[in-house]
Amino acid sequence: MKLGVLFSGGKDSVFATYRAMQKNQVACLITLISQNPDSYMFHTPNIQRTSLQAEAIGLPLLSWPTLGEKEKELEDLAAAIADARDEYGIQGVVSGAIESVYQAVRTQRICKALDLWCFNPLWQINQVDYLRLLLSEGFQVIITGVFAYPFDASWLGQELTLECICRLEELWKRYKVSPSGEGGELETMVLDGPIFQKRLEILRSSRSYCNFSGRLFIEEMRLVDK
Amino acid sequence: MILLVDLCIEKDSLSKYEFVHPIADTLERSGFSVEIWHYSELARLMPEKFDKIILCGTALKDNYYAEHINSFFWIKCCSTPVLGICAGMQVIGSVFGGRIVSQQAIGLEAIEIIRASALLGEPRTIEGYHLHNFGVTLPDDFLLLAGCDEHAEAFKHKILPIYGIIFHPEVRNRWILEHFANL
Repeated sequence: MKLGVLFSGGKDSVFATYRAMQKNQVACLITLISQNPDSYMFHTPNIQRTSLQAEAIGLPLLSWPTLGEKEKELEDLAAAIADARDEYGIQGVVSGAIESVYQAVRTQRICKALDLWCFNPLWQINQVDYLRLLLSEGFQVIITGVFAYPFDASWLGQELTLECICRLEELWKRYKVSPSGEGGELETMVLDGPIFQKRLEILRSSRSYCNFSGRLFIEEMRLVDK
Repeated sequence: MILLVDLCIEKDSLSKYEFVHPIADTLERSGFSVEIWHYSELARLMPEKFDKIILCGTALKDNYYAEHINSFFWIKCCSTPVLGICAGMQVIGSVFGGRIVSQQAIGLEAIEIIRASALLGEPRTIEGYHLHNFGVTLPDDFLLLAGCDEHAEAFKHKILPIYGIIFHPEVRNRWILEHFANL
Protein backbone atom coordinates (compact mmCIF):
# COMPACT_ATOMS: atom_id res chain seq x y z
CA MET A 1 0.00 0.00 0.00
CA LYS A 2 1.31 3.47 -0.93
CA LEU A 3 1.26 5.85 2.01
CA GLY A 4 1.82 9.53 2.69
CA VAL A 5 3.18 10.55 6.09
CA LEU A 6 2.15 13.78 7.83
CA PHE A 7 5.65 15.04 8.41
CA SER A 8 6.88 17.82 10.68
CA GLY A 9 10.49 16.71 11.00
CA GLY A 10 10.03 16.11 14.73
CA LYS A 11 10.66 12.76 16.40
CA ASP A 12 7.07 11.49 16.22
CA SER A 13 6.52 11.98 12.50
CA VAL A 14 10.01 10.68 11.70
CA PHE A 15 9.49 7.55 13.81
CA ALA A 16 6.04 7.06 12.25
CA THR A 17 7.76 7.27 8.85
CA TYR A 18 10.27 4.66 10.01
CA ARG A 19 7.54 2.24 11.09
CA ALA A 20 5.53 2.86 7.92
CA MET A 21 8.61 2.18 5.75
CA GLN A 22 9.09 -1.16 7.53
CA LYS A 23 5.57 -2.33 6.65
CA ASN A 24 4.48 -0.46 3.50
CA GLN A 25 5.70 1.83 0.72
CA VAL A 26 5.96 5.47 1.76
CA ALA A 27 5.32 7.41 -1.44
CA CYS A 28 5.68 10.91 -0.02
CA LEU A 29 5.98 13.06 3.06
CA ILE A 30 3.36 15.79 3.57
CA THR A 31 4.23 18.98 5.44
CA LEU A 32 1.85 21.78 6.36
CA ILE A 33 3.74 25.05 6.57
CA SER A 34 1.77 26.94 9.20
CA GLN A 35 2.07 30.69 9.64
CA ASN A 36 0.61 30.39 13.13
CA PRO A 37 3.32 29.56 15.69
CA ASP A 38 0.59 28.38 18.12
CA SER A 39 -1.15 26.01 15.70
CA TYR A 40 -3.26 23.29 17.35
CA MET A 41 -2.49 20.80 14.62
CA PHE A 42 0.93 21.50 13.17
CA HIS A 43 4.49 21.62 14.43
CA THR A 44 6.02 25.00 13.55
CA PRO A 45 9.65 25.50 14.70
CA ASN A 46 11.99 25.04 11.75
CA ILE A 47 9.23 23.54 9.62
CA GLN A 48 10.97 24.84 6.49
CA ARG A 49 13.81 22.42 7.24
CA THR A 50 11.64 19.42 6.41
CA SER A 51 12.76 19.70 2.77
CA LEU A 52 16.34 18.91 3.79
CA GLN A 53 15.16 16.06 6.04
CA ALA A 54 13.11 14.59 3.18
CA GLU A 55 16.18 14.79 0.97
CA ALA A 56 18.24 13.07 3.66
CA ILE A 57 15.67 10.26 3.88
CA GLY A 58 15.31 10.10 0.11
CA LEU A 59 11.54 10.70 -0.11
CA PRO A 60 9.60 13.35 -2.02
CA LEU A 61 8.05 16.12 0.07
CA LEU A 62 4.72 17.78 -0.57
CA SER A 63 4.67 21.17 1.17
CA TRP A 64 1.35 22.93 1.65
CA PRO A 65 0.84 26.42 3.10
CA THR A 66 -1.73 27.16 5.79
CA LEU A 67 -2.55 30.27 7.79
CA GLY A 68 -2.92 27.97 10.78
CA GLU A 69 -6.33 29.23 11.84
CA LYS A 70 -8.11 26.74 14.11
CA GLU A 71 -10.41 24.38 12.16
CA LYS A 72 -9.72 26.21 8.85
CA GLU A 73 -6.26 24.64 8.90
CA LEU A 74 -8.05 21.31 8.68
CA GLU A 75 -9.37 22.28 5.25
CA ASP A 76 -5.78 22.96 4.25
CA LEU A 77 -4.72 19.57 5.60
CA ALA A 78 -7.48 17.87 3.63
CA ALA A 79 -6.41 19.74 0.48
CA ALA A 80 -2.78 18.70 1.00
CA ILE A 81 -3.72 15.05 1.50
CA ALA A 82 -6.00 15.13 -1.56
CA ASP A 83 -3.13 16.57 -3.58
CA ALA A 84 -0.81 13.80 -2.32
CA ARG A 85 -3.41 11.21 -3.34
CA ASP A 86 -3.65 12.69 -6.83
CA GLU A 87 0.08 13.29 -7.32
CA TYR A 88 1.58 10.21 -5.61
CA GLY A 89 -1.33 7.77 -5.65
CA ILE A 90 -1.35 7.31 -1.89
CA GLN A 91 -4.00 4.96 -0.48
CA GLY A 92 -3.44 5.89 3.14
CA VAL A 93 -2.09 8.50 5.55
CA VAL A 94 0.24 7.99 8.51
CA SER A 95 0.44 10.31 11.50
CA GLY A 96 2.69 10.41 14.56
CA ALA A 97 -0.17 11.06 17.00
CA ILE A 98 0.44 9.49 20.43
CA GLU A 99 -2.19 10.76 22.85
CA SER A 100 -3.92 13.66 21.14
CA VAL A 101 -7.52 12.69 20.46
CA TYR A 102 -7.97 16.17 18.95
CA GLN A 103 -5.38 15.49 16.24
CA ALA A 104 -6.24 11.84 15.72
CA VAL A 105 -9.97 12.42 15.31
CA ARG A 106 -9.47 15.18 12.79
CA THR A 107 -7.01 13.15 10.73
CA GLN A 108 -9.35 10.13 10.84
CA ARG A 109 -12.28 12.24 9.62
CA ILE A 110 -10.28 13.71 6.75
CA CYS A 111 -9.10 10.25 5.68
CA LYS A 112 -12.64 8.92 5.83
CA ALA A 113 -13.91 11.81 3.69
CA LEU A 114 -11.17 11.10 1.14
CA ASP A 115 -11.69 7.30 1.31
CA LEU A 116 -8.12 6.73 2.54
CA TRP A 117 -6.67 4.43 5.19
CA CYS A 118 -5.42 6.11 8.34
CA PHE A 119 -2.54 4.75 10.43
CA ASN A 120 -1.23 5.98 13.78
CA PRO A 121 1.66 3.63 14.59
CA LEU A 122 2.64 5.46 17.81
CA TRP A 123 -0.92 5.60 19.16
CA GLN A 124 -1.05 5.22 22.98
CA ILE A 125 2.59 4.14 23.14
CA ASN A 126 4.23 4.46 26.57
CA GLN A 127 6.08 7.74 26.21
CA VAL A 128 9.19 7.00 28.26
CA ASP A 129 9.64 3.60 26.61
CA TYR A 130 9.19 5.31 23.26
CA LEU A 131 11.93 7.87 23.97
CA ARG A 132 14.29 5.03 24.87
CA LEU A 133 13.26 3.20 21.69
CA LEU A 134 14.18 6.24 19.62
CA LEU A 135 17.70 6.06 21.01
CA SER A 136 18.08 2.31 20.74
CA GLU A 137 16.95 2.43 17.11
CA GLY A 138 19.62 5.03 16.37
CA PHE A 139 17.75 8.31 15.98
CA GLN A 140 19.52 11.57 16.77
CA VAL A 141 16.95 14.00 18.15
CA ILE A 142 17.41 17.56 19.42
CA ILE A 143 14.99 19.81 21.29
CA THR A 144 14.03 22.83 19.20
CA GLY A 145 11.24 24.28 21.32
CA VAL A 146 10.10 24.44 24.94
CA PHE A 147 6.69 25.76 25.87
CA ALA A 148 5.99 24.93 29.51
CA TYR A 149 7.18 25.28 33.08
CA PRO A 150 9.82 24.25 34.24
CA PHE A 151 11.83 24.11 30.99
CA ASP A 152 14.63 26.66 30.94
CA ALA A 153 16.74 27.86 28.00
CA SER A 154 19.34 25.15 28.56
CA TRP A 155 16.97 22.61 27.02
CA LEU A 156 17.09 24.32 23.63
CA GLY A 157 19.43 22.48 21.26
CA GLN A 158 19.94 19.66 23.76
CA GLU A 159 20.26 16.20 22.27
CA LEU A 160 17.96 13.45 23.50
CA THR A 161 20.13 11.14 25.60
CA LEU A 162 19.38 8.56 28.29
CA GLU A 163 20.20 11.19 30.91
CA CYS A 164 17.84 13.64 29.23
CA ILE A 165 15.08 11.00 29.20
CA CYS A 166 15.58 10.42 32.95
CA ARG A 167 15.20 14.15 33.55
CA LEU A 168 12.04 14.23 31.43
CA GLU A 169 10.68 11.27 33.37
CA GLU A 170 11.32 13.14 36.64
CA LEU A 171 9.52 16.23 35.31
CA TRP A 172 6.61 14.04 34.31
CA LYS A 173 6.33 12.60 37.82
CA ARG A 174 6.75 15.98 39.48
CA TYR A 175 4.90 18.38 37.17
CA LYS A 176 2.84 16.07 34.90
CA VAL A 177 4.75 17.36 31.87
CA SER A 178 4.28 14.87 29.03
CA PRO A 179 7.72 13.21 28.55
CA SER A 180 7.44 13.22 24.78
CA GLY A 181 5.95 16.71 24.65
CA GLU A 182 2.60 15.39 23.45
CA GLY A 183 0.83 18.24 25.22
CA GLY A 184 2.83 20.79 23.25
CA GLU A 185 5.46 21.20 25.98
CA LEU A 186 8.35 20.31 23.67
CA GLU A 187 9.17 20.34 19.99
CA THR A 188 11.99 18.32 18.49
CA MET A 189 13.91 17.83 15.26
CA VAL A 190 15.53 14.65 13.99
CA LEU A 191 19.02 14.98 12.52
CA ASP A 192 19.81 11.34 11.82
CA GLY A 193 18.39 7.86 12.03
CA PRO A 194 18.24 4.45 10.37
CA ILE A 195 16.10 5.74 7.48
CA PHE A 196 18.42 8.68 6.82
CA GLN A 197 20.76 8.17 3.87
CA LYS A 198 22.63 11.32 4.96
CA ARG A 199 22.68 13.05 8.31
CA LEU A 200 21.91 16.70 8.99
CA GLU A 201 24.45 19.06 10.49
CA ILE A 202 23.50 22.40 12.02
CA LEU A 203 25.93 25.13 10.99
CA ARG A 204 24.30 28.18 12.51
CA SER A 205 21.41 28.67 14.92
CA SER A 206 19.97 31.22 17.35
CA ARG A 207 17.64 31.09 20.34
CA SER A 208 14.78 33.08 21.76
CA TYR A 209 13.56 32.36 25.28
CA CYS A 210 11.28 34.11 27.73
CA ASN A 211 9.15 32.90 30.61
CA PHE A 212 9.37 29.13 30.00
CA SER A 213 8.81 29.47 26.28
CA GLY A 214 11.64 29.33 23.80
CA ARG A 215 12.69 28.27 20.33
CA LEU A 216 15.88 27.19 18.63
CA PHE A 217 15.96 28.69 15.14
CA ILE A 218 18.11 26.72 12.74
CA GLU A 219 19.47 29.27 10.31
CA GLU A 220 21.87 27.14 8.32
CA MET A 221 22.27 23.39 8.01
CA ARG A 222 23.65 20.91 5.50
CA LEU A 223 23.57 17.25 4.55
CA VAL A 224 26.62 15.18 5.47
CA ASP A 225 27.53 11.73 4.13
CA LYS A 226 27.27 8.90 6.68
CA MET B 1 -2.02 -16.04 29.82
CA ILE B 2 -4.32 -13.77 27.82
CA LEU B 3 -4.71 -14.35 24.07
CA LEU B 4 -4.94 -11.16 22.00
CA VAL B 5 -6.42 -11.81 18.59
CA ASP B 6 -5.28 -9.36 15.92
CA LEU B 7 -8.21 -8.76 13.53
CA CYS B 8 -6.32 -6.42 11.19
CA ILE B 9 -6.19 -7.00 7.46
CA GLU B 10 -3.00 -9.08 7.59
CA LYS B 11 -0.49 -10.42 10.06
CA ASP B 12 1.99 -7.84 11.39
CA SER B 13 0.28 -4.93 9.62
CA LEU B 14 1.03 -1.28 10.38
CA SER B 15 -2.32 -1.17 12.23
CA LYS B 16 -1.11 -3.70 14.80
CA TYR B 17 0.83 -0.91 16.54
CA GLU B 18 -2.40 1.04 16.91
CA PHE B 19 -5.01 -1.59 17.79
CA VAL B 20 -3.14 -4.48 19.41
CA HIS B 21 0.02 -3.14 21.06
CA PRO B 22 -1.81 -0.64 23.35
CA ILE B 23 -3.99 -3.51 24.66
CA ALA B 24 -0.93 -5.68 25.24
CA ASP B 25 0.94 -2.83 26.93
CA THR B 26 -1.97 -2.07 29.27
CA LEU B 27 -2.31 -5.68 30.37
CA GLU B 28 1.42 -6.28 30.76
CA ARG B 29 1.77 -3.16 32.90
CA SER B 30 -0.99 -4.56 35.11
CA GLY B 31 0.99 -7.77 35.57
CA PHE B 32 -0.70 -10.05 33.01
CA SER B 33 1.07 -12.09 30.34
CA VAL B 34 -0.21 -11.88 26.79
CA GLU B 35 0.27 -13.74 23.55
CA ILE B 36 -0.68 -12.17 20.21
CA TRP B 37 -1.97 -14.16 17.25
CA HIS B 38 -3.49 -13.03 13.98
CA TYR B 39 -7.01 -14.38 13.38
CA SER B 40 -5.83 -16.20 10.26
CA GLU B 41 -3.62 -18.37 12.50
CA LEU B 42 -6.27 -19.44 15.00
CA ALA B 43 -6.79 -22.81 13.33
CA ARG B 44 -3.34 -23.74 14.62
CA LEU B 45 -4.28 -22.80 18.17
CA MET B 46 -6.65 -24.00 20.84
CA PRO B 47 -7.96 -20.62 22.04
CA GLU B 48 -9.61 -22.38 25.00
CA LYS B 49 -6.21 -23.13 26.52
CA PHE B 50 -5.83 -19.41 27.38
CA ASP B 51 -7.22 -17.82 30.56
CA LYS B 52 -8.90 -14.98 28.65
CA ILE B 53 -9.31 -13.95 25.02
CA ILE B 54 -9.55 -10.44 23.60
CA LEU B 55 -10.52 -9.76 19.98
CA CYS B 56 -8.93 -6.40 19.14
CA GLY B 57 -10.16 -3.60 16.88
CA THR B 58 -9.08 -2.56 13.40
CA ALA B 59 -8.55 0.57 11.33
CA LEU B 60 -11.67 2.45 10.22
CA LYS B 61 -11.31 1.23 6.64
CA ASP B 62 -10.43 -2.35 7.59
CA ASN B 63 -13.51 -4.55 7.54
CA TYR B 64 -11.93 -7.69 6.08
CA TYR B 65 -12.62 -9.66 9.28
CA ALA B 66 -16.32 -9.48 8.40
CA GLU B 67 -15.62 -11.64 5.35
CA HIS B 68 -14.08 -14.33 7.56
CA ILE B 69 -16.66 -14.79 10.30
CA ASN B 70 -16.32 -18.56 9.83
CA SER B 71 -12.88 -18.27 11.46
CA PHE B 72 -14.59 -17.35 14.74
CA PHE B 73 -17.31 -19.95 15.25
CA TRP B 74 -15.20 -21.56 17.97
CA ILE B 75 -16.41 -18.69 20.21
CA LYS B 76 -19.87 -20.34 20.38
CA CYS B 77 -18.48 -23.28 22.32
CA CYS B 78 -15.89 -21.35 24.28
CA SER B 79 -16.07 -21.40 28.07
CA THR B 80 -13.08 -19.04 28.37
CA PRO B 81 -14.02 -15.38 28.95
CA VAL B 82 -13.95 -13.44 25.66
CA LEU B 83 -13.98 -9.67 25.13
CA GLY B 84 -14.52 -8.21 21.68
CA ILE B 85 -13.44 -4.64 21.07
CA CYS B 86 -15.06 -2.73 18.17
CA ALA B 87 -14.42 -5.10 15.25
CA GLY B 88 -14.19 -7.85 17.87
CA MET B 89 -17.67 -6.98 19.16
CA GLN B 90 -19.01 -7.11 15.61
CA VAL B 91 -17.46 -10.56 15.17
CA ILE B 92 -19.00 -11.86 18.42
CA GLY B 93 -22.40 -10.41 17.57
CA SER B 94 -22.27 -11.87 14.08
CA VAL B 95 -21.24 -15.33 15.33
CA PHE B 96 -24.27 -15.37 17.63
CA GLY B 97 -26.75 -14.26 14.98
CA GLY B 98 -26.56 -10.44 15.13
CA ARG B 99 -26.19 -8.36 11.98
CA ILE B 100 -23.25 -6.08 11.22
CA VAL B 101 -24.88 -2.76 10.30
CA SER B 102 -23.70 0.63 9.08
CA GLN B 103 -23.08 2.78 12.14
CA GLN B 104 -20.43 5.47 12.13
CA ALA B 105 -18.67 7.14 15.05
CA ILE B 106 -15.30 8.86 15.32
CA GLY B 107 -14.12 10.48 18.54
CA LEU B 108 -15.12 10.82 22.17
CA GLU B 109 -18.80 10.27 22.93
CA ALA B 110 -20.88 9.77 26.05
CA ILE B 111 -21.69 6.12 26.81
CA GLU B 112 -24.65 5.31 29.01
CA ILE B 113 -24.07 2.15 31.03
CA ILE B 114 -27.59 0.84 31.67
CA ARG B 115 -26.95 -2.49 33.40
CA ALA B 116 -24.48 -3.41 36.14
CA SER B 117 -21.80 -5.91 35.16
CA ALA B 118 -18.41 -7.15 36.30
CA LEU B 119 -16.90 -5.55 33.20
CA LEU B 120 -18.29 -2.01 33.30
CA GLY B 121 -19.49 -1.68 36.89
CA GLU B 122 -22.63 0.16 37.97
CA PRO B 123 -24.95 2.11 35.64
CA ARG B 124 -23.61 5.60 34.93
CA THR B 125 -22.36 7.69 32.02
CA ILE B 126 -18.73 7.52 30.88
CA GLU B 127 -16.90 8.99 27.90
CA GLY B 128 -15.30 6.64 25.38
CA TYR B 129 -13.30 6.80 22.18
CA HIS B 130 -15.11 5.52 19.11
CA LEU B 131 -13.65 4.62 15.74
CA HIS B 132 -15.99 2.54 13.64
CA ASN B 133 -18.01 2.50 10.42
CA PHE B 134 -20.10 -0.46 11.55
CA GLY B 135 -21.86 -1.73 14.64
CA VAL B 136 -23.77 -4.92 15.35
CA THR B 137 -27.35 -5.64 16.36
CA LEU B 138 -27.96 -7.30 19.72
CA PRO B 139 -28.13 -11.10 19.31
CA ASP B 140 -31.00 -12.95 21.02
CA ASP B 141 -28.86 -14.52 23.74
CA PHE B 142 -27.22 -11.24 24.79
CA LEU B 143 -28.00 -8.50 27.30
CA LEU B 144 -27.40 -4.85 26.51
CA LEU B 145 -24.92 -3.35 29.01
CA ALA B 146 -24.52 0.12 27.50
CA GLY B 147 -26.10 2.20 24.77
CA CYS B 148 -29.50 1.47 23.24
CA ASP B 149 -31.04 -1.17 20.98
CA GLU B 150 -30.26 0.88 17.88
CA HIS B 151 -26.68 1.54 18.93
CA ALA B 152 -25.29 -1.14 21.22
CA GLU B 153 -22.20 0.21 23.02
CA ALA B 154 -21.62 -2.93 25.10
CA PHE B 155 -23.24 -6.32 25.51
CA LYS B 156 -22.83 -9.60 27.39
CA HIS B 157 -23.96 -13.13 26.66
CA LYS B 158 -26.80 -14.13 29.01
CA ILE B 159 -24.91 -17.18 30.29
CA LEU B 160 -21.39 -17.34 28.90
CA PRO B 161 -18.64 -14.88 29.98
CA ILE B 162 -18.58 -13.27 26.53
CA TYR B 163 -18.55 -9.47 26.26
CA GLY B 164 -18.42 -6.91 23.49
CA ILE B 165 -17.74 -3.16 23.53
CA ILE B 166 -17.87 -0.99 20.43
CA PHE B 167 -15.61 1.77 21.83
CA HIS B 168 -11.84 1.52 22.38
CA PRO B 169 -10.94 1.05 26.07
CA GLU B 170 -7.23 1.57 25.38
CA VAL B 171 -8.04 5.28 25.07
CA ARG B 172 -8.98 6.77 28.47
CA ASN B 173 -10.74 3.63 29.76
CA ARG B 174 -7.92 1.17 30.36
CA TRP B 175 -9.60 0.10 33.60
CA ILE B 176 -12.06 -1.91 31.49
CA LEU B 177 -9.21 -4.10 30.24
CA GLU B 178 -8.02 -4.61 33.82
CA HIS B 179 -11.56 -5.51 34.92
CA PHE B 180 -11.78 -8.09 32.15
CA ALA B 181 -8.35 -9.53 32.94
CA ASN B 182 -9.41 -9.89 36.58
CA LEU B 183 -12.76 -11.59 35.87
